[in-house]
Amino acid sequence: MKTASTKINRRSFLKVSALTGGGMLLSLNWLAACQPKEANALGMPKEWFQFNGFIKIGENGLVTVMSPNPEGGQNVKTSMPMIVAEELDVDWKDVVVQQADLDTKYFTRQFIGGSQAIRSGFTNLRTAGATARAMLVAAAAQSWNVPANEITVKTGTISHKGSGKSANFGEFASLAAKMPVPEEVQLKNTGDFKIIGTSKKNVEAKNIVTGKPLFGIDTKREGMLIAMIVHPPAFGKTLKSFDDSKARTMPGIADIFRIKSIQDDYKKTFFDTVQFTDLIAIVGESTWQVMQAKKVIEAEWEIQEAYEEKRDMLGREGIRIVPKGLEGAASQEQAMIVAAQKPKTQRKDGDPEAAFAKAAKVIERSYTGPFLAHNCMEPMNFFAHVKGDRAECAGPLQKPELTEQALSSRLGIPLENIEIAMTRLGGGYGRRSYAHWLIEAAVISQKMDAPIKLIYTREDDMTGGVYRSRYQATYRAALDENNQLTAFHVNAGGLPENPLYPDRFPAGAVDNYLAEGWEVPSNITTGSFRAPRSNFMACVEQSFLDEVAEAAGKDPIDFRLELLAKAKANPVGDGNDYDADRYAKVLELLREKANWGSSKEGISRGVSAYFCHNSYAAQVLDLRIVDGEVKIDKVTNAVDCGLVVNPDAAKNLCEGAVVDGIGTAMYGELTFEEGVVSKTNFNTYRMIRMQEAPESIETYFVENGEDPSGLGEPAYPPVFAALANALYQATGKRFYDQPFINQLKLESF
Amino acid sequence: MAQYNLSINGKLMNVDVDPNTPLLWVLRDHLDLVGTKFGCGIAQCGACTVHIDGEAVRSCSYPVSVIEDKKVVTIEGLSEKGDHPVQKAWLEHDVPQCGYCQSGQIMTAASLLAENPNPTDEEISYAMNGNICRCGTYTRIKAAIKTASKSL
Repeated sequence: MKTASTKINRRSFLKVSALTGGGMLLSLNWLAACQPKEANALGMPKEWFQFNGFIKIGENGLVTVMSPNPEGGQNVKTSMPMIVAEELDVDWKDVVVQQADLDTKYFTRQFIGGSQAIRSGFTNLRTAGATARAMLVAAAAQSWNVPANEITVKTGTISHKGSGKSANFGEFASLAAKMPVPEEVQLKNTGDFKIIGTSKKNVEAKNIVTGKPLFGIDTKREGMLIAMIVHPPAFGKTLKSFDDSKARTMPGIADIFRIKSIQDDYKKTFFDTVQFTDLIAIVGESTWQVMQAKKVIEAEWEIQEAYEEKRDMLGREGIRIVPKGLEGAASQEQAMIVAAQKPKTQRKDGDPEAAFAKAAKVIERSYTGPFLAHNCMEPMNFFAHVKGDRAECAGPLQKPELTEQALSSRLGIPLENIEIAMTRLGGGYGRRSYAHWLIEAAVISQKMDAPIKLIYTREDDMTGGVYRSRYQATYRAALDENNQLTAFHVNAGGLPENPLYPDRFPAGAVDNYLAEGWEVPSNITTGSFRAPRSNFMACVEQSFLDEVAEAAGKDPIDFRLELLAKAKANPVGDGNDYDADRYAKVLELLREKANWGSSKEGISRGVSAYFCHNSYAAQVLDLRIVDGEVKIDKVTNAVDCGLVVNPDAAKNLCEGAVVDGIGTAMYGELTFEEGVVSKTNFNTYRMIRMQEAPESIETYFVENGEDPSGLGEPAYPPVFAALANALYQATGKRFYDQPFINQLKLESF
Repeated sequence: MAQYNLSINGKLMNVDVDPNTPLLWVLRDHLDLVGTKFGCGIAQCGACTVHIDGEAVRSCSYPVSVIEDKKVVTIEGLSEKGDHPVQKAWLEHDVPQCGYCQSGQIMTAASLLAENPNPTDEEISYAMNGNICRCGTYTRIKAAIKTASKSL
């Protein structure tokens, strides 16, 4: 058994006086809404007893587990409470789950991002459950007058064998909640898990399929007004003036005014990215009325001067250089070509120049990836009600804690007077890490002195920035006479972000290795996009390795395994960020499950593997060309994310990552002319649809007893290359530029 | 502005709105039926799908003035207890990730199965192609439709 100290993150385990967000005032309706698993025989308790920030237990034995992190489809609202319930040792059917509000007093890292919710929360969640269990045991020991170490707990029942006494959690909830919080608690052996590792249904599924109000955009309050914004039509422009005389007279319009969201002198942090801070706000009674008024506002725009933003980049001093000008695809490409010639060396092993000079064969290939929009299905929105020195906010966002500071500063309201309720997110993928719309909503509410809900149209979202950067990479590989990889060189960069991870595979597996990166400043705002940087680097690295394996006359899986064997036995350099053994094992599992080496009439196969977010994922993609169209029959996933908390939900996440990755690789693209983004809605931005999705997706997990690592992102990056490599097998053509559809349109099969 | 008496989920409901107002915003803003979602506003994503006289329709592009006495059914009215075969199949396959598009997916699927209780894979894909799922749950959606089809 593992001992956990409650001294670390102790606030999480201490008793709380009252939860924010009316946590103690729960109605029967709420219980009905939170109990979709199956009809609960226990019913609503008369009283709840609070054990810590995560757990309250009713006198009838019903347990409420607070889910600390925002839920955006990664299913943490089910899997995080499962971990708490496991250590509490309660029957899962007697658990109801409630979304916690942002509360930095009791919770740490209430984020969606970096695939870290389960990984970084695992011990904390277990400790919360084990602490409450220990307090229940202590209460029973005191009441029964028996030693605590003779008491056992099993699925919500406390028993003492010697005296034959037994009780359910509810009977001791009142007393146990008053017991001192233990300094140390025992955690279960992982082999004793009964909830973790079993598939539990999404606790919100019934509410989703019946259309209950769950999302930020569904928020409604008494007297609430609707707000929309108008932002500049091009990056590099800013608001000069506007004429709202016609819009003002339209029905239902309450007010139209200019707002400044984040002030120019505010020192932004990592997630305060926003390009357009001078906006026109339109406020009215209903969404449709506001949309109509928005269309007839006549605004004048002017060129934005260049500026520099000093930023706090997660503790590191950073500067964002924002150049003047209206960017276009061609000028960007030119700037990238120039920058690529003056890269910064990020890693060098051995003597790459000498090895390339001696090589029997050198392969050199260049790859590109375009700007991408996140396109969350739920358009950006937020509710805010600023009343004097208080602000009540609710809506979908990924990192409430990191937006709260900017909000507090902008409103002049102390942090403790700001409430942020986290609604379900209709998708995040990184976009909802940059919650400038929360600040916009609050500024509009403050001006109107009324509760308002800000809604972006699809067009506002797609043209408003915070995209994935535009990337470019050139690879070179040297093979000797025996087809051994003797040198490897990557030169990668982006506008504006450098995507390179210099210590990733095949670093560590090649004696002579050079990784160089560069970046080009841009006034187009970019930010995290599902598996940031990896979403490009996996595609290009794994496409290139496929080509190198072919040049070396080797099977692509064997080729990777040979390199991994070298990285394991005799690693080159320091700081390789992957475990070569785990990487190899995931490829071996994939080879077995996908029957690699077998062939089927008309089927072309591609393979790819990548490490990111502490996890390993690999795929084989099977496709056919039918009447000139690509049909994907099957994708086989092998994943090592350590312990899998909720297997079926984990599979769902990997299936989604595969579909998303195929869609993005095939169709995702934004370009610019004169600072104007090329696509504004789903009629031009092509999204993957059912007809293009794989017929079947199988997912297998490596079982290795490791603690859980990330899962929201790792299966996404490699599938881009599995597709590219399968397309090569089918067409004889390599696909170097995303999106692949542009090349497919030019080919005939 | 004009008065409209609409039959929504079997009930008559009165609204006073501009005749051009799309049904989507009548439902969401005026009748508090927010299960029908705003996704694109141009009938490209299917998040706003409802049934009008049994047919799957994009409510974001359907003005209130042309509804007249047609019967509108939204996700809230698809079944009384959330136990329509399609909803049950969705739970069985644990389809949703973020869940935002799913009421539109379910309404399209229910309309497909009402017309064609035993669709082929191709017929399912064809019928569902107007509904985007950004999380990529298409394989589960298809499997759930097949399960629902069997239970009809």
